[in-house]
Amino acid sequence: MSSSNFLIMRHELLLTAVALIILIAEIFSDPKKKHSIISFTLILFGVITAAGFLPSPEGSMFGGMYNSTAGKLLMKNILNVGVLIILIQSADWLRKDENADKIHEYFILLISTVIGMNFMISSGHFLMFYIGLELATIPIAALAAYDRYKNQSAEAGIKLIMISAFSSGILLYGLSMIYGTTGTLYFNEVADLFQNNNLQVLGFIFFFTGMAFKLSIVPFHLWTADVYEGAPINVTSYLSVISKGAAAFIFIIILFTVFPVITETWQKAIYVTAILTMTIGNLFAIRQQNLKRFLAFSSISQAGYLLLGFIGGNQLGMASVIYYILVYIFSNLGAFGVVLVISNATNKENINDYNGLYQTNPGLSLIMTLALFSLAGIPPVAGFFGKFFLFAAAAEKGFYILVLIAVLNTIISLYYYLLIVKAMFLTRSETPIEKVNSGFYTKLGLGLCVAGIFVIGFASILFEIIRNISYGI
Amino acid sequence: MDILTLFVVIPVLTITGILFVKDIKQVRIVAAIGMGIQLILAAVLVFMYLSARKAGVNDEMLFIKDYLWFKSLNIHYAIGVDGISVAMIALTSIVVFAGIFASWEVEFLTKEFFISLILLATGVFGFFISIDLFTMFLFYELAVIPMYLLIGIWGSGPKEYSAMKLTLMLMGGSALILLGLLGIYFNSAPDGGQFTFNILEISKITIPVSAQRLFFPLTFIGFGILGALFPFHTWSPDGHASAPTAVSMLHAGVLMKLGGYGAFRVAIFLMPEAASELNWIFIILTSISVVYGAFGAIVQKDLKYINAYSSVSHCGLVLFAVLMMNQTALNGAVIQMISHGLMTALFFALIGMIYGRTHTRIINEMGGLMKIIPFLSVAYVIAGLASLGLPGLSGFVAEMTIFVGAFQHTDTFHRVVTIVAVSSIVITAVYILRVVAILLLGPVKDEHHAHLTDAKWYEKVSVITLIGSVAGIGLAPFWLSTMIGKSLQPIVNKILAAGLF
Repeated sequence: MSSSNFLIMRHELLLTAVALIILIAEIFSDPKKKHSIISFTLILFGVITAAGFLPSPEGSMFGGMYNSTAGKLLMKNILNVGVLIILIQSADWLRKDENADKIHEYFILLISTVIGMNFMISSGHFLMFYIGLELATIPIAALAAYDRYKNQSAEAGIKLIMISAFSSGILLYGLSMIYGTTGTLYFNEVADLFQNNNLQVLGFIFFFTGMAFKLSIVPFHLWTADVYEGAPINVTSYLSVISKGAAAFIFIIILFTVFPVITETWQKAIYVTAILTMTIGNLFAIRQQNLKRFLAFSSISQAGYLLLGFIGGNQLGMASVIYYILVYIFSNLGAFGVVLVISNATNKENINDYNGLYQTNPGLSLIMTLALFSLAGIPPVAGFFGKFFLFAAAAEKGFYILVLIAVLNTIISLYYYLLIVKAMFLTRSETPIEKVNSGFYTKLGLGLCVAGIFVIGFASILFEIIRNISYGI
Repeated sequence: MDILTLFVVIPVLTITGILFVKDIKQVRIVAAIGMGIQLILAAVLVFMYLSARKAGVNDEMLFIKDYLWFKSLNIHYAIGVDGISVAMIALTSIVVFAGIFASWEVEFLTKEFFISLILLATGVFGFFISIDLFTMFLFYELAVIPMYLLIGIWGSGPKEYSAMKLTLMLMGGSALILLGLLGIYFNSAPDGGQFTFNILEISKITIPVSAQRLFFPLTFIGFGILGALFPFHTWSPDGHASAPTAVSMLHAGVLMKLGGYGAFRVAIFLMPEAASELNWIFIILTSISVVYGAFGAIVQKDLKYINAYSSVSHCGLVLFAVLMMNQTALNGAVIQMISHGLMTALFFALIGMIYGRTHTRIINEMGGLMKIIPFLSVAYVIAGLASLGLPGLSGFVAEMTIFVGAFQHTDTFHRVVTIVAVSSIVITAVYILRVVAILLLGPVKDEHHAHLTDAKWYEKVSVITLIGSVAGIGLAPFWLSTMIGKSLQPIVNKILAAGLF
């Protein structure tokens, strides 16, 4: 390994280093000053996030199993920014007494999943992809069960591990068929040898199903709501934006580079699942009372919109998917951030509890409203631009009916997002949630989200950068 | 900075100013000053426009500014105005200015109220100055969404229901518009080359007729929902009845005009071939709007509902005229938009003021108000007369022009629908005079009403501004007609070039 190889793998190596440093720091840290590790980790992670933006050579390693390109680097950077915001948001929650003995574990587990995602995104071989996927999933199950004395949290952990084992099994089965018919697992070789025969298509369908579980696409979404409800809120937000984002990134890369031969096949699959995912996610979200379940179903429907960027197989599509994930990270983390602050202070997570929130916590209400408007796609916030580009990507290839269904779905989603706005602003309450005093890190985390929600849309340069690294089939 | 962008910047600055002041009085003053400047700016714009035309500038749009925004999609922040948009901008600034004074007495969450109101105005101004479909759509949605909070928080009656219904229906309209715009965009370069959202550039090419057949109905219905096109008008009565005064004024006066404006600027102008093929469907629907709205108004008991149905009727007439697709009718459509905008704003302002005194809007519970509050009553009569099209006021000019234009079509179908639509004038007279008779004349029904006070100074500012404008258009419609007429020329030429009439 020469030094340039280190540079190619910079993201993964830096993250591993951070994980190890935290591990060692725990051994030497003063048991009475456990909290100091929080600021330490945040600064460390902030530094490596910034370091990720330094220019980096492109290249390939391990005989093509690991590839690094400008596009993949950008995806990793987007994930890093999201993780940083989540870490900042969780700082105040980690300071609670009940979490005092497991702060390090939280950081180490979380960072190992990010390492897994980075390997997954950079993979050029299905085995590397699979290893990355597992590394990105299993620690999350441990994190979901973080509040292990709460039944729901333990249940969420078990559910998540079972469902990932199950979906991994399906995915591997599909890969074995692809391997059996092509004799290779390298992305570029599979792409050349793929011929559209039935067994290969079956293999692809299994692969698609496995990914659909990770992205919680209907009809493979049933785990989502339960796991999101049971897990601690920052783990939920991590699952909903970072895990989903990483899965979407690698999924679109593989679809565009490995399976262009059967484009028509996967277009059909995506057409149907996109409609189902948007509609069912939206209809179920209407009935939810618990905000975490509510955001779970909202995130299912968001995955449905995301599929509109996949379907065309065009450059605009890929650009809009990456851009939308970026927008989605900031919007969803804004919403989850508010839920987290209020849940931390009061343990209240129901929509009814938010009645009259504007009377006592105008700031939090406004942030929540902005985040929800961004999720619904209302201008001038970033979600509007994200949705517009996704729809444009599908329309470019003539999928007008799909776009029509999608825009009608945005109206349904607007309805339930407005229900929360209504609870906060319109409904008067005798006993609204009291004024919540939030700490520095919480304010910083929410501030970053608000800034992102406003800036990303208007700063067209971001979209142009993303578009330049995107490609079509 | 160019003059048109100022129309968006000043409201934003006003909002920022409101954020930083503390008590209610200052909020009002900042809002009034901001929108006062906007009104002056609109007057300046009118003069700049007229003098530029006088100097012989014959461009389709004036004061064009174009900034590239999203390079790869060829999205621009592009602005420019012709006579129609200038007229609409003038209308908007008058109504917003009057609206600020009409909501002088809002005491609950005053700051938030004025911020939402001015945010709505920002969207409307932005919509009228845009010539790029993307920017236009962005501003359009920006104008719709504050309505939810405005009606939901400060409204009356079943406000939560009305707010949700209105928002969802209008956003449903904008969903259709979005699809239509994407369709226009991806067909804007039939000979290859770069796609564009720029209205002027798209108008130079002909969108393939097969695509037009698909996207004209979507766009027209999308904008039509905002213009209260039957059967998508149901948000309007509930929404207007529940909204606070200034919001009803702005919504019926200006926001509904976005529908009419968009319908001809986007749907008809860019897709004339499909428009001429399919317009019979919408002509039937709009004539139903016109007559049905008028009949609806007859049987209502609530003042706001009467006016809301009357708006359905009058805005239906706008769309009806737009669909006639000739110079005279289009001219009438624009004048009707302005006239109805001012007149209905005046109506809603007066209703708000009367309601603020009598605490009822049911007409049968009131009577003889003419003796008690003469200023408001006389103003109400003037608004009513304008609404039923009395010569000398703006309504007459507008309706006359529309029907003359509609009658220029000699075939039976157009004759029949025109005659049906003309009958609305009579029905309008019935419901207007009925209200005037019950409400203003006769004995005082409720003794509590006997000691009401007449209009306060800020109410007078609001009312006089509006009456002045209504009478101004009615007495001297010619400058408005010339301003609009010239600008309609490219649109009419495009329709003629399509070889339709």
